[in-house]
Amino acid sequence: MKAAAFAYARATSVGNALELLKAYGDRAKVLSGGQSLMPAMNLRLISPELIVDIGELAELRGIAVTGSVVRIGALTRHVDLLTSPEIAAHAPLLTEAISHVAHPAIRNRGTLGGSLAHADPASELPACMVALNATIIVRGQDGERRVAAGEFFKGIYETDLSARELLISVELPVAGKHSVHFFHEFARRHGDYAIAGLAAQAMVERDIFTDLRLVFFAVGDRPVLARAATKLVNITITPAVLAAACTALGEELDPQDDQQASAAMRRHLAKVLLARAASALLDRPDLNAGGRA
Amino acid sequence: MAISLEVNGERVDAQVLPRLNLADFLREQLQLTGTHVGCEHGVCGACTVRVNGEIVRSCLMLAVQTHGASVQTIEGLSDSGEVADLQAAFRDRNALQCGFCTPGMLMAAQDLLKQQAEPDREQIREHLSGNYCRCTGYQAIIDAVETTARARGRGTA
Repeated sequence: MKAAAFAYARATSVGNALELLKAYGDRAKVLSGGQSLMPAMNLRLISPELIVDIGELAELRGIAVTGSVVRIGALTRHVDLLTSPEIAAHAPLLTEAISHVAHPAIRNRGTLGGSLAHADPASELPACMVALNATIIVRGQDGERRVAAGEFFKGIYETDLSARELLISVELPVAGKHSVHFFHEFARRHGDYAIAGLAAQAMVERDIFTDLRLVFFAVGDRPVLARAATKLVNITITPAVLAAACTALGEELDPQDDQQASAAMRRHLAKVLLARAASALLDRPDLNAGGRA
Repeated sequence: MAISLEVNGERVDAQVLPRLNLADFLREQLQLTGTHVGCEHGVCGACTVRVNGEIVRSCLMLAVQTHGASVQTIEGLSDSGEVADLQAAFRDRNALQCGFCTPGMLMAAQDLLKQQAEPDREQIREHLSGNYCRCTGYQAIIDAVETTARARGRGTA
């Protein structure tokens, strides 16, 4: 299938892009890397009247570390994140997650901002943003807003971003001394959308979680920050404690049925991921004795 | 819209509609039909080309986005001899059956071999994971890429 006809504007500045978005509202779509927008247009899931191409806006590109904050421009591509020494040092969860995002040819075009604004519930980066406690910075005619990642994702392809705003950048706290991370997903083919996945960021001191953010994806309409994680914080983890957390997780999740997997299979896989994460983060192989369970 | 770009080393000036994707532009306006159109939504990899030296899906890029860019297609890589050894290895190992996926496979494989001198089979699989072969000849394709990598490593390529 081919995209329906549309008008095309190459934005010359953020201000110019915002003016176009103000004039066209939800009849316009922002083109960043195009790796989610173009398939949707080719499949005629959407037919925008105007495409605002922000690809030339160099000011939206790049990674900068200032003090305890990593700032990533919205146009930063997946491949740039994957190969960035700053990201590897200060947000290693992202480096690991990106290798699961699609394939090299897609990572060469796809951007962080595009992925977040698209908000596919099965995609990796929204979950990482919630796990890392990121702040998402958006700009509209009236200036900038800062939105916590946990508040940004509203549903399937739905975010807090209005049709007249542009996602500018994200800010992540630099990973601390006791910080550890875990990332894994189950997919039919490497690089495909996950059937169930987990992005986790934790603080571990003397073999105990002092903080644990478990964010599951592809098991709900948005990234799910698991409340079950609280059962594992500030307590010595035994197999019984872990089993109780897995049970709580199963009750808390409400995954969807689709052609890839049933809700029951997704719930099962999420529990497997939780056990693997706890085992890996604490370096306690005994906690994942079942291994394949 | 007027665009001006370089395709396989030659300057191209063209008029295109905004909705025209790069794959269709290459095939229909420039008659470079080595770039194949399979799924048209970025899943199959048959339309893989190079833009400014990096592989991309030409079905997920608009022709207007290539204004000022340098595009290389399988015709360019083939004519320059850059992938001659890889092509020979594909032929020797019967790594193509219907041939539909082959241009995309060669593009993705050459991209890997440029980045990594001697990838193992797992790395080859991962790099080619975005390219479908509906004849399912994956083992032979991986064999051919592995053979080429080794030959290049020995300096006999």
